[in-house]
Amino acid sequence: MLESLAISLVDAVPVLSGVPLWTITLLIMVVVAAVVLTFALTYAGLATYVERKVAGDIQARIGPNRVGPVGILQFLADGIKLLLKEDIIPAKADRFLFVLAPYLVFIGSFAAFVVVPFGVGLIASDLNIGIYYVMAITSLVVVGVLVAGWASNNKWALLGGMRAAAQIVSYEIPVGMALLPAVLIAGSLSLQDIVRSQGGLFGIFGWNLFHNPFTFFSFFLYYVAALAETNRTPFDIPEAESELVAGYHVEYSGIRFAFFFLAEYGDMFVVSALATACFLGGWHVPFLNAEALPAVWGNLFSLGVFLGKALGLVVVMMWVRWTLPRLRVDQLMRMSWKYLVPLTFFNLLGVSLWLLLFQGRGIPQMIASLFG
Amino acid sequence: MKARAEALPTQEMLINMGPQHPSTHGVLRVILRTDGEVVVNARPDVGYLHRALEKIGERVTYAQFMPFTDRLDYLASMNCNAAWAWAVEKLAGIEVPERAEYIRVIVCELNRISSHLIAFGSFTADMGAFTPFLYAIRERERINDLFEEICGNRLTYNYVRIGGVSADLPDRFLEKTKEFLDYFDPKIPEYNDLISYNKIFVHRLANVAVATPEDAVAYGLTGPNLRGSGVRFDLRRNEPYSVYPKIDFDICVGTGERGTVGDCFDRYMVRINEMRESVKILRQAIAQIPDGPVMAKVPRVFKPPVGEVYFRAENPRGETGIYLISDGTVNPYRLKIRAPSFVTMNIFEKITRGLMIADIVAVIGSFDIILPEIDR
Amino acid sequence: MEPKAIFEAVRATFGEAVSELQEEGFRPAFLVVSPEKVREIGRFLRDDPAMKFDSLMCLSGVDYPDRFAVVYHLHSLAIGHRIGVKAYLPRESPSLPSVDGVWPTANFHEREAFDLFGIVFEGSWDLRRILLPEDWEGHPLRKDYKYPEFYHGIKV
Repeated sequence: MLESLAISLVDAVPVLSGVPLWTITLLIMVVVAAVVLTFALTYAGLATYVERKVAGDIQARIGPNRVGPVGILQFLADGIKLLLKEDIIPAKADRFLFVLAPYLVFIGSFAAFVVVPFGVGLIASDLNIGIYYVMAITSLVVVGVLVAGWASNNKWALLGGMRAAAQIVSYEIPVGMALLPAVLIAGSLSLQDIVRSQGGLFGIFGWNLFHNPFTFFSFFLYYVAALAETNRTPFDIPEAESELVAGYHVEYSGIRFAFFFLAEYGDMFVVSALATACFLGGWHVPFLNAEALPAVWGNLFSLGVFLGKALGLVVVMMWVRWTLPRLRVDQLMRMSWKYLVPLTFFNLLGVSLWLLLFQGRGIPQMIASLFG
Repeated sequence: MKARAEALPTQEMLINMGPQHPSTHGVLRVILRTDGEVVVNARPDVGYLHRALEKIGERVTYAQFMPFTDRLDYLASMNCNAAWAWAVEKLAGIEVPERAEYIRVIVCELNRISSHLIAFGSFTADMGAFTPFLYAIRERERINDLFEEICGNRLTYNYVRIGGVSADLPDRFLEKTKEFLDYFDPKIPEYNDLISYNKIFVHRLANVAVATPEDAVAYGLTGPNLRGSGVRFDLRRNEPYSVYPKIDFDICVGTGERGTVGDCFDRYMVRINEMRESVKILRQAIAQIPDGPVMAKVPRVFKPPVGEVYFRAENPRGETGIYLISDGTVNPYRLKIRAPSFVTMNIFEKITRGLMIADIVAVIGSFDIILPEIDR
Repeated sequence: MEPKAIFEAVRATFGEAVSELQEEGFRPAFLVVSPEKVREIGRFLRDDPAMKFDSLMCLSGVDYPDRFAVVYHLHSLAIGHRIGVKAYLPRESPSLPSVDGVWPTANFHEREAFDLFGIVFEGSWDLRRILLPEDWEGHPLRKDYKYPEFYHGIKV
C-alpha cells in the first residue's frame, strides 16, 4: 500500500522521478511511523491526565489542577520528572533483560497502532491479517512483563510476572474468540474491511453490535476479556499495589517505569480501538456516509468519530477501574476458563449458525426488508 | 476459600511482607512461606515500632502519661485517653462529674466512628477499590473538625483528664455534632450500595479466614473481631462503665450473611453496623447530657492509694486493658497495656494457613490492626 | 462467683498450692498460687463448670521489689465473673509452666513477659523475643535494668 502511495507521489511530483522508489517508500514509512508514534504518545500522556481527572471526579476530589490551566499540563510535568529521575538498576538484577523488558512491553503495545483504522483512508498499514497481527504483536507485552518480573530479581516482581503471564495467556483465548464473529461477518481479517462491512442502514444499524444477539454479547465478552488483558482493575493482579507492592515493575524507576506506564495506556487504546472497529462500526458516522464525502472532510469526520468511540471506551475502562475492587488470582483464572472461554465459544457457534441460517443478514437488515 | 496445592510438587518460597508494604497498615512484617500463591505459613513479626511506653509510664506521673496514650492507637486517641483516665480513676476512687462522663462518651463514640471509617476505607483500598477510602476520609474530616474545636488537635487529642476533661464543650458543639450525625446517617447505606455488597468484594471476603467463636475466645480476639465471630459481647454492655448503662444500643455481631460466621466479611460488616450504633449512642448522649462542672477535684500532686487495678474499655479495635500497680507514689509502679491489636496478631498464624497471598492482605485489613498499639 | 468462693473451690482441689486471696485494694482480687501449679490451676479454672474462665484477658510480668510475679487476669464470657491469678517467682532464674495450652492467647503475652522481664515459660510453643530485636541484651522492664550506651556500635 505504501508502495502504491509512493508511486502516486512520484507521479504527482515529477521532480522526484530521479529518486529510487524504495527511498521514497522508506521515507513515507518513517513519516507515517512518526505520526503514529506522536499520536500514541500524546494520547498516552493526555490519557493519564484524563484518568486522574476521572478518578478525582469519582472520588469526590479535584484531581490535578496546578500545572497549566485546569492542570492540563500535568502529564508534561510528570513526563519531564520521569525523564530526569535517577535510573536505578538493582545490583543483583539481570542487567541485559532488565533493560530490555520495558522496550518489549512498549513495542508490543504500540506496534498494534499500525493497523488501527482511524479513518476512511487513515490507517498506517491495512494488513490483510489485521486482527491476527494485533493478537500476535500484543502478546509481546506478556513476554516483556515476564522478563521484567524475572530480571528484577525481586520476589514480588517475580510473582507479578508469573501472574501476568498466566493472566494474559488465559485471556488471549476469549479475546480472540470474541473478535471472531466480526471476522465471520466481514469475511476478512483486515480491520478496514471489517469496518466497511458495518456501513449500511444509516451508519448505525449496520454495526456488528446490533447484527444479532450473539454479536451483542460478543462485544461485552470481548470488553471484559480485553480489560483483563490490559491488566486494569478489577483484573490488575500482576501489579496489585496492595498485594504485590507494584508487581513486575516494582524495581523500575524513571523513564523505564514510564515505558510500562505508557504501554498500559497504549494497550487500553488498542483494545478499545479493536472493540470500536469490530463492533461499534469503526469510523462510520451515524446518518452520514463518510466515504462519500470529499477526501479531506471524510477523513477528518471519520477520524473524529473513531477517536470519539474508542476514547469513550477508554474512559469506561477508567470508570471501571475506580469503581471495582480487585479479583483474587484464582477467581480470575476461574472466570476466564470456566465462564469467558465457554461463553465465547458458544457465541462463536451461535454467530456461525446465524450466518448460515439467515445468509449473513442481521436483525436490523431483516426488519428493514420487512418495510421494503 | 482454601486453595489446593497437592496437585503439583513445587518449591516453597520465603517472602518478607513488610516491614515496608502498602497494606500491612504500618511497619508490620509477615514472614510468608508460600507455595506459589498459596501461603503455607504466615508468621507475624512485630516490634518495629516499640517505644517502651510501659517503661516510660514508670517514669512519669499519672497525668503526664496521658499524651502517651494518644500514641497508642492514634486513630482512636480519645478512646485511649479515656481508658487511661477511667483506669486511674478506678484505682484512686475519683468521682467524675456526670457532664464530663457524657462528654467522654460523646468524644469516644465520635472517635469510634472516625476509626471505623478508616478501617472501612483502608480495608476496601487493600481490596483494590481505592475510591471508598476517599469517601471515608471526607466524612472523617468533619469529625476531625469537631475535635479541633474541642481541643485544637486533629489526631492526638490529649483532651481527657484524670477526673474529667480538660475543657467544657465549645459553643454550638452539640448542634454541630447533630448536624454531622444527620449528614452521616444516610452515608452508611451509601457505603453498602457502593462497595459492601459488591459481588467481587463479597467473593474476596466471604469464607476467608474464618475464626470460629471458640477460637476467637481462646485466642483473645476482642471488640469487632470477637463480635464478627458471632460472640455477643461488648464491654459497654456486659461490663458497663461511665454512662453507658443509661444508653440504649444494640450489639452488632457477625451473622455469616454471605458466608460463614467469623469470616472477613462478617468482621467488616460488624464495623459498618457499629458506626450506625455509635450514631444512636451519640444522639441519646446529646439528648441526655446535663449541665455542670467537667472536672472533679484532683490534687495537684496526685498520689493514688496502694493497690492494683485492671480496667478494660471497649475501644474501636477491641478491649484496651490497663493493668495498673500503684505503690502510693506519684508514678505508677507498673503499668501494662493490653493492646487489642497485639493480642489479635496471635491468631494470625493459625487462620492464615492455606490462604492465598491476596487473602493475607484481607485478613490484616479485616482485623483492623494498628501498629503503634501492637508495638507500644 | 465471688472471689472468696472461687478461692475456696480452688483451694479444695489444689490445697496448699493456692496460698492466699488478695482482696483489699486489688481489683479484681487475686488468687496467689505456687508457680509450678499454674498450668493445672489454669486448666481447672477454665474447665470447671462453676468457673468457666474461658478468656485470658491479660497476662503480665511484674517486678515487685523483692520478687517477680506473673499475673493472669481471667474472665468468663459464659458466667460473667472475673478473677486474677498471681504467681510469685524468685528473682534468680524465674520460670514457670506456660499456659498457652490452656489459653492459646497466652503465647504473645508470654513472649512479651519473656522479652521484657526474662521470665521463662516452660513448655511454650514458641518462646522468642517479640518486641525487641533478637540480639538485645537484658530485659528492660526489670527495675534494675541498665540502659545500654551502645547498640551495635551506635551510641544511643
